[in-house]
Parts: sequence; C-alpha cells; structure tokens
Amino acid sequence: MLSKKTRQTLLGPLSRNNPVIVQILGICSALAVTAKLEPAFVMAVSVTAVLAFANVIISLLRNTIPSSIRIIVQLVVVAALVIIVDQILKAYAYDVSKQLSVFVGLIITNCILMGRLEAFALGHGPWESFLDGVGNGIGYGMILVIVAFFRELLGSGTLFGYQVIPQIFYDWGYENNGLMILPPMALITVACIIWVHRSRNKDLQEK
Amino acid sequence: MENLNLFIRSIFIDNMIFAYFLGMCSYLAVSKSVKTAMGLGTAVTFVLVITVPINYLLENYILKAGALAWLGESYKDVDLSFLSLIFFIAVVASLVQLVEMVVEKYAPALYNSLGIFLPLIAVNCAILGGSLFMQQRAFPNVWSATVYGLGSGIGWLLAIVGIAAIREKLAYSNVPAPLKGIGITFIVTGLMGIAFMSFLGIKL
Repeated sequence: MLSKKTRQTLLGPLSRNNPVIVQILGICSALAVTAKLEPAFVMAVSVTAVLAFANVIISLLRNTIPSSIRIIVQLVVVAALVIIVDQILKAYAYDVSKQLSVFVGLIITNCILMGRLEAFALGHGPWESFLDGVGNGIGYGMILVIVAFFRELLGSGTLFGYQVIPQIFYDWGYENNGLMILPPMALITVACIIWVHRSRNKDLQEK
Repeated sequence: MENLNLFIRSIFIDNMIFAYFLGMCSYLAVSKSVKTAMGLGTAVTFVLVITVPINYLLENYILKAGALAWLGESYKDVDLSFLSLIFFIAVVASLVQLVEMVVEKYAPALYNSLGIFLPLIAVNCAILGGSLFMQQRAFPNVWSATVYGLGSGIGWLLAIVGIAAIREKLAYSNVPAPLKGIGITFIVTGLMGIAFMSFLGIKL
C-alpha cells in the first residue's frame, strides 16, 4: 500500500530522525507533562492530531501563501487547530486538561510544528505531509511515553494511576523516589534516552 | 512589596526554564557562546515585558467572561475566552515584528547584535507561556503583570547565560561520546534545575 519512500516518511521519525532526541524539537512540552503517564499520553495524541492536520492544511495552501507572511499564516492555522483540541479536551477530559494547564496552548509554539511545516509541508503534497505529521507525532509521543513511564513508575510506583509496585515492597522498606517527580529529573531521563540511542546509532554522535 | 516578592519568585522559583521548561528549543540551540546567549536573553526579556501587560489588558477588557461590560449592558454576558490563544499568538507575532522594526530604526547596534534571534522569538514558548501563565494566575493589576513579565524574562536570561558559560568550558572536557553536545547539556540543565530548587520557599 505504501511505497518505499512514503514508508520512510512515516517510519523515519520513529528512531533515526526522531523529532525529540535527534532533531531536538519540541522539548518544552515533552518534559513538562511527563510526571504522569496519562497527561503524557493525552499530550502525545493531541500533538499528533494537530501536527497531521496542520501539515495537510499548509500543504494544500502551499502554492497560495506568499512566502513573506507564511509564518503568521502557519501560526493562525495551528492556533485554530489547537483551540479545537483545547475545547475538546475541556469537554471530554476535563481532569487531564486541568493537569496539562497551559501546555495545551503551548502546542502552538511547539517547535516540532513550525519545524515540520517549514521543512516538509511547504514542499510536499497533502498525503505525504499527512504521513510525515503522523510519523513525527508518534515519534514525539513515543519519547513522552517512555519518559513518563519511568518517572511515574519510579516516582509514584504507579502506571496510569494504578499501583504496580506491590505493597509488600513498601513493607520491606522500599521508598518511592520523590526526585523523579520533580522537573529536573525529566531532563536527566531524556539525556539517558539520548545516551542509549546514540550509542546504538554511532553516526548520530557529535564530534 | 507584593510586586517585589512576585519579581523574585518569577526569577528564581518559577523560573521559565528550570520549573516549566519553556523556551527549551532556543535555549538548547543558541547556548553555544555567552555572547549570543546574552543577546537572545535580552531580546526575550524585552518582548516579555511588552507582551505580558498588553495581553493582560486584552484579557481583562475584551476576552474574559463579562469583560466587555464597558461596551454596554447587552455585552455583559459575552465570553470570548476561547479565542484567547489566537489573540495572544497574534499579539506576540505582530509585536515581535514591530519591535524588530523599531529596534532596527532607533538602535541599529542592538539590532545587529540580536540579528536573527529577534524574528525567532515569535515562536519561543517562553513568550506565549508568559501570557498564558498571566491568564491563569489572574493578577490584580497591570503592574503585577509587567513585573511578572520582567521577572520571567530575567530568569530566562540568567538560565541561558549560565548554561552557555558552562558549555564553553564543557567543550574542553572528556565527555562519553554518545553524550557529547546535546546529551550532556540536558544533564547539566537538570543539575542546574536541582540547584535552583534550593530557592524554594524563599519569601520576602
């Protein structure tokens, strides 16, 4: 169904060309919402949706937008999509939307969006752009979920809010690592992911 | 006194980088030398000081539920708050453009030192984040909003200049190959964040 090139567009961003750990885009929200798995997951889905549709819209408009005002056109398209996502979250997932607070609004300035719109959607057709958006969204979401998994497991002993570390461990003296919940540990967790990823992909290492 | 407290808090405790990770992208990309970091930090502070109070006025006189009451009785129930995101980003983007033109005309030396960073600020999360936090915290008046903008800007400046200075030194140290560059920067930022947490609980 997918040709080799489009498959590359879709799957490339998952590892070799990951937006977070290789292109270093969209770090702000990637770190801030990862103390728990649930908000991280919702955030990943929201960004994927916004990215895919923004890519398609900009790609459809790419021949009509004068290049001198393209940034503001992109911002308006993205802002409109983010408002829709924000209202949907407020209507159907109010608790998560409260936890994410300003970070839903900050999807607008998420560098992944600007980066992909500028680098990809302006030069490719709608279908490829859609795949690129989905691929990058999933690549971003994957890192979010991995970081949130470790932070929630080690920091609160839960996953998606369910207790996974048995009570008997606590009776024997196991303690949750409170540091994992705090913001700085998100950075260090991402650094560890980069470490593992780059030691497997040697050509990505910086000289 | 209230404002002084807010100022200190927004620099050290609610630091944009270490507590909320806002503006991380440019923070990581532009922190290779102290000089450019200083330029970008100044520009961010400058734009924050202008956009936060303007968005505060917009929020309180146009967007908030009941904010249009000054237009007359019939507008009392209008609630435009769902439009705030698009309003805020439009203000930020157009102000950045305006600031760029003004600075170019009246302070060419500053303009040359900021260079490409001025236009890039439009998509810096710290700027929009400042406005969104302002909206969330519902400051009592426009002065508090200005002080908050200034404080957050200075906090961001402090963070980026600090990391740039550390990275200049790091260039000469023996870091494991996979961590070189971006990886070690993340770890150092994390450690700086832990250091900044020692300010927690300071109250004037």
